[in-house]
Amino acid sequence: MFMPGANPAMLRDAGLYGADSLMFDLEDAVSIKEKDTARALVHFALKTFDYGNCETIVRINDLNTVGKLDIDAVVRAGVDVIRLPKTECAQDVIDADEVITEVEKACGREVGSTGIFAAIESAEGVLNALSIATASPRVCGIALGAEDYVTNLKTFRAYGDNMQLYFAREMILHAARVAGVAAVDTVFSDVDNMDGFRAEVEHIKMLGFDGKSVINPRQIPVVNEVYAPSEKEIQKSKEIVWAAREAEEKGLGVVSVRGKMVDKPVIARAERTITLAKASGLIGEEDL
Amino acid sequence: MELKQQAVAGTTESSDIMVTIDPVGGDTVEINLESSVEKAFGARIREVIEQTLANLGVTGVCVTAIDKGALDCTVQARTIAAVYRAAGKDGEFDWKEIDAWNA
Amino acid sequence: MALNKVGREIPDTYAEQFGVFGSEFENVKPFNAAVHTVNPSKPGESKLLDSIHDAIVKTGIKDGMTISFHHHFREGDYVMNMVLDEIARMGIKDISIAPSSIANVHAPLIDHIKNGVVTHITSSGLRDKLGAAISSGIMDEPVIIRSHGGRARAIERGDIHIDVAFLGAPCCDEYGNANGFEGPSACGSLGYALMDADYADQVVLVTDNLVPYINTKISIPQSKVDYVVKVDAIGDPKGIAKGATRFTKNPKELIIAEYAAKVMMASPYFKEGFSFQTGTGGASLAVTRFLREGMIEQGVHASFALGGITNSMVELLDEGLVGAITDVQDFDTPSGASLARNATHLEIDASMYASPLSKGAMVNRLDMVILSALEIDTDFNVNVITGSDGVIRGASGGHCDAAAGSKMAIIVAPLIRGRIPTVVDKVTTVVTPGSSIDVLVTEVGIAVNPARTDLIEAFKDLKVPQFTIEELRDRAYAIVGKPEPIKFGDKPVALIEYRDGTLIDAVYNCA
Repeated sequence: MFMPGANPAMLRDAGLYGADSLMFDLEDAVSIKEKDTARALVHFALKTFDYGNCETIVRINDLNTVGKLDIDAVVRAGVDVIRLPKTECAQDVIDADEVITEVEKACGREVGSTGIFAAIESAEGVLNALSIATASPRVCGIALGAEDYVTNLKTFRAYGDNMQLYFAREMILHAARVAGVAAVDTVFSDVDNMDGFRAEVEHIKMLGFDGKSVINPRQIPVVNEVYAPSEKEIQKSKEIVWAAREAEEKGLGVVSVRGKMVDKPVIARAERTITLAKASGLIGEEDL
Repeated sequence: MELKQQAVAGTTESSDIMVTIDPVGGDTVEINLESSVEKAFGARIREVIEQTLANLGVTGVCVTAIDKGALDCTVQARTIAAVYRAAGKDGEFDWKEIDAWNA
Repeated sequence: MALNKVGREIPDTYAEQFGVFGSEFENVKPFNAAVHTVNPSKPGESKLLDSIHDAIVKTGIKDGMTISFHHHFREGDYVMNMVLDEIARMGIKDISIAPSSIANVHAPLIDHIKNGVVTHITSSGLRDKLGAAISSGIMDEPVIIRSHGGRARAIERGDIHIDVAFLGAPCCDEYGNANGFEGPSACGSLGYALMDADYADQVVLVTDNLVPYINTKISIPQSKVDYVVKVDAIGDPKGIAKGATRFTKNPKELIIAEYAAKVMMASPYFKEGFSFQTGTGGASLAVTRFLREGMIEQGVHASFALGGITNSMVELLDEGLVGAITDVQDFDTPSGASLARNATHLEIDASMYASPLSKGAMVNRLDMVILSALEIDTDFNVNVITGSDGVIRGASGGHCDAAAGSKMAIIVAPLIRGRIPTVVDKVTTVVTPGSSIDVLVTEVGIAVNPARTDLIEAFKDLKVPQFTIEELRDRAYAIVGKPEPIKFGDKPVALIEYRDGTLIDAVYNCA
């Protein structure tokens, strides 16, 4: 979930709403005059508040402006992941990597413990998606930032018709899958259009995205619902995973469920379904 | 830290505090606090501001703070940001030092 | 000082006069109902008067008398200020007032108190400026805070004897047949005013909407009315509708509401024919919405819904999800309109709503109630009257009544408000004893009163984070720090009556 880094109440309450990761924004959501104060607030928020199991991410400013000061403030405060805005090419990632490494060394954090999440928000970035995703071992995910991207393409976002984002989404997905990192879809800004939001989440889940960025706590249950596997899916996946484990124990090369042979990708998908079901609280840890 | 000019940080929105730093010279430290939670936390907020100024080595200062229920970490963040602004070092925080106070 | 059963010290003089709180139902026993004077009307006599002044003269109000009002117009009420201004102008002093509650709009009371016009007050609550003034100690005699059921009991038992009741009547004929659901100042139910009409020595209806005789929709009948005064306006429609709350978009309130609805639906009481009351706060309204979804999904219908009523409740009635609404007060225009049109939407008086000494209050038939709190402590005692600075700013309302009567009382409240913790070691003021409270619902999770082992068992598979109340208090303190105890003076400024008339707490002046 995105939230402005300049708002003390939101920083305090961020952990309440069931998001998997929290992204404090120092970039677009913070006015140019308040970059310094927001940086201090986010530093203290990260050091003070208990965000439980939520992953913490900070979207920093461009390295050529105050991005280095941002990295210094938040890496020292223990942030999990740095989100780079407007990533155009692999060099952007490498530059950030160097700054992060410097700060990690200076403050005694394990080098490499801070992840990078690269936001791709331009035509150039989309075409470089694969080299961005593979530019550093720190990269744990890439995401589409559609607002800037559509402007760059000389078009605009029209909810309901997703064609103008189709190419970028596929590029990012393919790059993420090749690099073995997460692919996260862009935000949906019209917070009152819950039906439109749900349709978009269903669409990007079908494409293969690992998750969706949200800007309002009310959007979170929708994502969790869409991504939560159905009871039927869970049951089927359980049977497949059990059969696979049994086959492994017995040293069998072939896995079969109810007399049908099951391929490796099917097993992988079943494992993913079980992980999702656990994350959604639909089954307990002890169930499998 | 040497104060060069008046500076403000923070807002008067709920859960925030607006801290104004006025360099007045000498070695006095004056804090004027107006808080929506004066009775329950007024003394604590003054203590945090005072401690933060001392840690930053700031004297000769008059602080005016309007509080709307800010937590300690927000009071600290706002005070530090205001002092850095007053010293003309906007946002160039020395986190190594700052984190050492709270360790 | 006398110590009561919730550990609060009550000054001896008041402890002797009122008794101190022991347990919820120990004082519910037979009693002799209060009597009042009746001045019959003869044929040909007119009840119509030209002004408030004339009504004061005719009713013979003099120093030391008790007059009463209802609070159905909330922030839009003109009647109480109008009457007290005139009483002050006429040089009458030492008046006791017994309105069912007091709003911000009644701030002019401060001057009447300072000038010795008003010397005694009983009310459900006090707001902003008046609350602050009372807390600063401007009265010699403490205000007596009574719940809605407690006020009904006090009137029935004669603890409050009303000499003259001035009752705003949105729709009224010249002989005193009145209702609340028509006219420019329509407010819906007149449930609290019905008590005054029954027990006051003299009843004056004040109206801005005189309709031809006979007004056929009758809430207050002519047989209980002494005079009718026509004035230009008795209320401001905008202020009257102030109780209306839009459906909340606040994510924290929505989480609380969702958890509360889940608690209700997981309880043993959620079954065909159940009954419930939800309040009017943002979270409470949203509870109704979530509950509705659950009722439709599971095909469960409620026999009745109770309380202060809002449109969201009327929607349930219209959809057939709720069999009836029993209505003591309406918070918005649609609910008042429903009262006028729906045969299963019933106007009830405060005694039938909540009096512990009536022959059967609706709260006694209540399965579940949603209530709010300014503070709740680790004994589950609830404060709805004093703020974090110790100043009186809330109202007792039907809180302790519904909590005592219902099978499951649920408190919905955020863990913290700004920097102020809601879950604390000891509440500033006890209004409702913890023994009446069963579940606390916050945005981080719920805490069940450990005395309710049956509910703890019922909720063991409930997918809502569960804590002890001590854990919730610790979480609150971990975020905001532990507040300093409030320093009070030694002058009692308000006595908090429990619904049975004993004192559950006393509020002292704030420096």
